[in-house]
Amino acid sequence: MPTKKRTNPLILVVLSLFSLACIIPFWLVLTVSISDENEVLRNGYSFWPEKFSFVAYQYLIQDSGTIVRAYGVSIFVTVVGVIASLFVTSAMAYSLSRRDFPLRGALSIYILITMLFSGGLLPWYLVYTRLLHVQDTLLALIIPGLIGGFNVIIMRTFFTTSIPPSLIDSAQIDGAGDYRTYFSIILPLSLPVMATIGLFITVSYWNDWFTSLVFIQNEKLYSLQYLLNKTLMNASFLQTIANKAYSSTAQITQPLESIRMAMAMVAIGPLVLVFPFLQKYFVKGLTVGAVKG
Amino acid sequence: MASVEVLEANAAVTRTKTRKGKLWKHRSLLILALPGILLMFINNYLPMFGIFLAFKDLNYTEGIWGSKWIGLNNFKFLFASNDAWRIIRHTIFYNLAFLVINTVLAIFLAILLNEVKNRVLSKFFQSTIILPNFISMVIVGYLVFGFLNPELGFVNKFILEPLGYEPVNWYAAPEHWSYILTIVNAWKNVGYAAILYLAAIIGIDQEYYEAALIDGAGRWKQMTKITIPLIAPVIIVLTLLAIGRIFNADFGLFYQATMASGMLKETTDVIDTYVYNALLVTGDTGLASSAGLLQSVVGFVLIISVNLIVRKFSKENALF
Repeated sequence: MPTKKRTNPLILVVLSLFSLACIIPFWLVLTVSISDENEVLRNGYSFWPEKFSFVAYQYLIQDSGTIVRAYGVSIFVTVVGVIASLFVTSAMAYSLSRRDFPLRGALSIYILITMLFSGGLLPWYLVYTRLLHVQDTLLALIIPGLIGGFNVIIMRTFFTTSIPPSLIDSAQIDGAGDYRTYFSIILPLSLPVMATIGLFITVSYWNDWFTSLVFIQNEKLYSLQYLLNKTLMNASFLQTIANKAYSSTAQITQPLESIRMAMAMVAIGPLVLVFPFLQKYFVKGLTVGAVKG
Repeated sequence: MASVEVLEANAAVTRTKTRKGKLWKHRSLLILALPGILLMFINNYLPMFGIFLAFKDLNYTEGIWGSKWIGLNNFKFLFASNDAWRIIRHTIFYNLAFLVINTVLAIFLAILLNEVKNRVLSKFFQSTIILPNFISMVIVGYLVFGFLNPELGFVNKFILEPLGYEPVNWYAAPEHWSYILTIVNAWKNVGYAAILYLAAIIGIDQEYYEAALIDGAGRWKQMTKITIPLIAPVIIVLTLLAIGRIFNADFGLFYQATMASGMLKETTDVIDTYVYNALLVTGDTGLASSAGLLQSVVGFVLIISVNLIVRKFSKENALF
């Protein structure tokens, strides 16, 4: 509520507390990852390390293979997934946005039904494992996220509201076919919506662990999130990672607690670093998604 | 005059040209849409056809088609075990609690954020409260574990122990988890909702507030008489949409935050975790398919009815 120049200090205090509550769990994990293991075992997870130690990170560097591999899987799946998904989504949205497309109504209903009714986990699981046989392949991590009804609708809305139909008409009068129009007029003009939706798809691929949980057994295909999930829930899995790193050395107690938290930090770190730059688009995407759907 | 008639006749001919001809002319548009159509067919439609499995005794050796039809037996099992009521109750109550608490907190936060005059500070607050929405549930699992690890966690070591309480074995103490899950859910999702409400508040015409100031309305009056009534449509739409999904639990939250601990089931088992367990842990496909179908059908009915109501409030927010 306007006209006053200074903000009520009480409001700043309350908001600061909320902000703190959002950040402080990360701080706890960070602290444990850089604490001396014996200190952690004696005192528990604290917000301030009494004795710094980067041994956990040394372990992870020693056996960087597992993590680097998981990073590789995640990056590959995300990059391929996002590019393919943006293409499929925008192509479908473009057809849907053309008023002269005879199947426009039917296609809308076709998309709408996917947003209203779901067959459930079991049939979905059987389609991928018994019909397509893609379990334990990277395709199982890529295909399920490629298309979503909401994204198609949001893009179609962008195409119909932000690209003047006269532009398409004049391109077609100049002899451009539908493909040409799509590639050289629609796509270049849709960078804003592509960036927003692309970011959302990126985050959902990057954060995905569910499809790995359901479809992946092969340790070589563990994505970063699923590797973390395994390390958290399965103590022996954490132990094997630690063993791989220091199989020959005489170190008796392995810093399992700090290794575990260091792994989380290795995954969170890059994300938190890029977040401030992406936040603007992220927020924009959230509000766009809310306006329609 | 004659030429006009000819033109009209020509137009009539083109109009009566078959739909097929028109479709042929636009075949390239159909081809552009084709990958999406195929993917939706695989990912969404094939599973929909698979709902008949709920009426079969699915047996992998005999195959999907060879398995015996058993009518409603799967459902009888589901409801006979008491599981059904428990997971339905949990799913609905958790979602209701999340909805009420998140909405209240988010509106409160949005109103406060709107008061911050300093742009840099405002951006900072917005960034930090949205950060939890950006990370995966797996990471959330780690953060929760940092607090609740029974031997080393912050809560046991630095809160309960110094105060002289017995440490709690959190991952085996179901009685606490309705609170824990509500807090974790709020932590993850309130920021997102607050940003949505903030966008709505920013959209309010400033003249209302200027007029209110002239009339001598204080801040409380401005909030209750202007801000909240004017963002009411957004509140109603978001609430209705959440109610449309009330039969769908956030699997990630209930799986990762609890570290899939079986000892917490009594208070944390929801439809989604139940179906997952039945399918991939215990291998009871009958329970998985029947509970899944129940969820799909009720969810469908809810979404359709909610959408009818949303259309009444604001047409542009309706799904169809």
